[in-house]
Amino acid sequence: MSKKQTLVVIGNGMVGQTFLSDLMASKIKDQYAVITFCEEPRVAYDRVHLTEYFSGKSAEDLSMVEEGFFETNNITLHLGDKAETIDLKGKTVLSKKGISISYDKLVLATGSFPFVPPIPGYDRENCMVYRTIEDLEAITLAAKTAKIGSVVGGGLLGLEAAKALQDLGLKTNVIQFSPRLMSAQLDDGGAKMLANKIEALGISVLPNKNTLEIVEGERCKNKMIFADGEELETDLIVFSTGIRPRDEIARACGLKLGARGGIAINNQCKTSDPDVYAIGECAVWNEQIFGLVAPGYAMGRTVVSDLLGGTVSFTGADMSTKLKLNGVDVASIGDAHAITEGALVYSYQNEVEGIYKRLVVSKNGKKLLGAVLVGEASGYGTLLQYCLNEIDLPENPDALILPHRSDESVGLGSDALPATAQICSCFDVNKGQICSAIESGCMTIAALKNETKAATGCGGCLPLLKSVLDSELKSAGIAVNTDLCEHFPHTRRDLYNIVMVEDIKTFDDLIEHHGSGRGCEICRQAVGSILASYWNEYVLEKNHISLQDTNDTFLANMQKDGTYSIVPRMTGGEVSPDMLIALGQVAKKYKLYTKVTGGQRIDMFGARVDQLPLIWKELIDAGFESGHAYGKSLRTVKSCVGSTWCRYGIDDSISLAVALENRYKGLRAPHKIKFAVSGCTRECAEAQSKDIGIIATENGWNLYVCGNGGMKPRHGDLFATNLDKETLIKYIDRILVFYVRSADRMQRTSVWMENMEGGLDYLKSIVIEDKLNICDKLEAQMQHVIDTYQCEWKTTIEDESNLKRFRHFVNSDKQDQNVVFVEQRGQIRPANSAEQKHLKIAEEV
Amino acid sequence: MSAKQWIDVCSQNDLQADSGICALVEDKQIAIFYMNLENKVYAINNFDPFGKANVLSRGLIGDIKGEPMVASPLHKQHFSLKTGQCFEDENVRIESYSIRIEKGRVEVSL
Repeated sequence: MSKKQTLVVIGNGMVGQTFLSDLMASKIKDQYAVITFCEEPRVAYDRVHLTEYFSGKSAEDLSMVEEGFFETNNITLHLGDKAETIDLKGKTVLSKKGISISYDKLVLATGSFPFVPPIPGYDRENCMVYRTIEDLEAITLAAKTAKIGSVVGGGLLGLEAAKALQDLGLKTNVIQFSPRLMSAQLDDGGAKMLANKIEALGISVLPNKNTLEIVEGERCKNKMIFADGEELETDLIVFSTGIRPRDEIARACGLKLGARGGIAINNQCKTSDPDVYAIGECAVWNEQIFGLVAPGYAMGRTVVSDLLGGTVSFTGADMSTKLKLNGVDVASIGDAHAITEGALVYSYQNEVEGIYKRLVVSKNGKKLLGAVLVGEASGYGTLLQYCLNEIDLPENPDALILPHRSDESVGLGSDALPATAQICSCFDVNKGQICSAIESGCMTIAALKNETKAATGCGGCLPLLKSVLDSELKSAGIAVNTDLCEHFPHTRRDLYNIVMVEDIKTFDDLIEHHGSGRGCEICRQAVGSILASYWNEYVLEKNHISLQDTNDTFLANMQKDGTYSIVPRMTGGEVSPDMLIALGQVAKKYKLYTKVTGGQRIDMFGARVDQLPLIWKELIDAGFESGHAYGKSLRTVKSCVGSTWCRYGIDDSISLAVALENRYKGLRAPHKIKFAVSGCTRECAEAQSKDIGIIATENGWNLYVCGNGGMKPRHGDLFATNLDKETLIKYIDRILVFYVRSADRMQRTSVWMENMEGGLDYLKSIVIEDKLNICDKLEAQMQHVIDTYQCEWKTTIEDESNLKRFRHFVNSDKQDQNVVFVEQRGQIRPANSAEQKHLKIAEEV
Repeated sequence: MSAKQWIDVCSQNDLQADSGICALVEDKQIAIFYMNLENKVYAINNFDPFGKANVLSRGLIGDIKGEPMVASPLHKQHFSLKTGQCFEDENVRIESYSIRIEKGRVEVSL
């Protein structure tokens, strides 16, 4: 067998890492010993979503490297070491730490650095850039002693930096050299609309400002002096004035560069040395530098193909882009500035709603050349497809940007797209690939994401992906069956609406009018939950008993041997010594196994069904109430001790946790709901992994939603920041009831969110902006649940007739002989089958 | 044909509408289900052969394509209330028993 060749990759940024994972997924992975240098102290992370570092994502969350990636693939990683020189003749790379490596093939993915104009004073204290996690850490630290921050540069990144400064509590300015924001992507009209929107958010935009000098300020740390004679006092200055390729290593070894810098590459991404490639922002192709990740990924794929002996070429990239800047949708496609000869323009401007749209079409009006969308960009996917695939425009192209206030859709149906149409530009997935994934059995968005990677990057193509899926399934004659079960031709959401509209109070009434047959464990449980959420009647009422699943039916958690466990409520995880003693005494008396749960309370195992009312009588007398551990309902609100005890605590997390648990206890939902409240950003209560998570800040409470631990962990989404308690509770009321109304059966909030069209922004529009005009109703519904709360165990033991069911045999006081315990570590546990046999034999002897 | 031996179990009032109870009859645990709209009773063994616990009387009942069934409260396997046949595994069938309501009393025959 031939000896492995050595492949060295310099740079482990987004492009370098994606190249490595593409290489490892290819046939030639075993032909190369791969070595990579990473100058930064951490491996590749998602710089596109860097701003999310401020809203709570950690460096680990942003990481692009799967755990064990380098180890599994036998890649040697030199972390925190910079490759400094290349000897092209001797084919060796020498690092700063003195490591020398001979290569057969070399890939340069050194990326770019933020350009800072050499204005006098540019290196003063608190003058910074915005590119790495370290930069963000430095900005955060500096912001602690600052009041005013200014961003130099009104490009895409500059506006993100401005939002970050504002979120850090600074009064924020954007200083723009040119007359308009995002000058590369937007025309005057679009830029003006964007500036209005940014200013409405409280960020000042200063156009046409040429900074001459930065000097010591009088009221602030720094002062900027402009060419027009004006001055600006500011504590913090963040430069976001473009990028420059990091080509110094290539320059030093004599590789050919572009006229304005950058490592020159050909269509195979080869540099002037045939064994050296360059990809990403360090490379210049046809005198163009591509400052987006997608072209960098495409270059990486080209290199993999070339190493394989394939024929893929890099021939430029589409620089269309869509993003949400400070909550404002902005998109730019193709020739946005109408520089193509003979190009004609349609535009639509709506200052009332803050919407600007522009279409650039060819001379004959047939083809779309470019577009600008500000304030409303839902048409991006359709327009991009017209542009990239040169599809003939409809007779009246302006219909594509004019508001359509009827239901008539003017979108380009996915059927009109050719198989080669690129759907996901982040991972270069075309319609043909998606269709074959659907044919091979991917019937859901989640399955398609998993199989093709489409919509897992920026997510902008998600609506289009869904439209392809729907249309393919439809044409394949596959009806997507969303019926709850064979007894109800409706979704859970439909049934909820029917219950609301028709005031239905029993399962029998519902199935008689809207279903068929006698029901099953699926629809009975679901309808039981809907009725309980909406009417909040006692769940063991005669009409409802037959709807209660395993645990609800005896208000306790059934274990493997048919015995039950009991969990009394301990709001916020708080319990007094006396209560703890009372609990211990009950557990001891009934010989129960006790264990502390993950939700900060105590679970007692091994109770027989006939013991449940006796045990609960004693617990209620001691002051406990039901913990609803058996229900698909609010479980616990976990908390840390917060400012009450903790040296670091910022606010009283326990009091809030107790108040919230008391407010929402007993709320029946499509699935269980867990909360947590942390008293500071150290996050000891792990709130970001809960359905509802709350973290104290200096200015109020940050609210996270739809997180999950368990089987498929999901980091909660930051929903709103610095809320006062009243607003916080209002939002939670609305979110929970909206979840209860709209989720599928047994769907946790995390999956509910993943499947919600429009995602977090949609939920915000309903809960914060009240887009559907239902917030009053959502709150009233929650108030009804709160007003009708009862401790189900108290209700149960207060009425003798309820207790009849709590016995193993209807006709005997004997116990279930199959329930046998043995001792382990001083407590009981169910006997296993071998032990059971042994014990039975012993008994008979 | 010998006449069936009917054993008195409990009062009709002990039955739960569209739900189950458990009776001890000659050392056998019998799960008894009552469908109130049809006024029909069913009896099968209480032991769940998958979960290996005496729990079937505590399962939710209903029908699968018209066949009355109970879903095990442990792992939701379905059993016919008429025959004890498991819907998920044709090799699994639990005992079923004759049952009737006679003058307000529930009686089974083993």
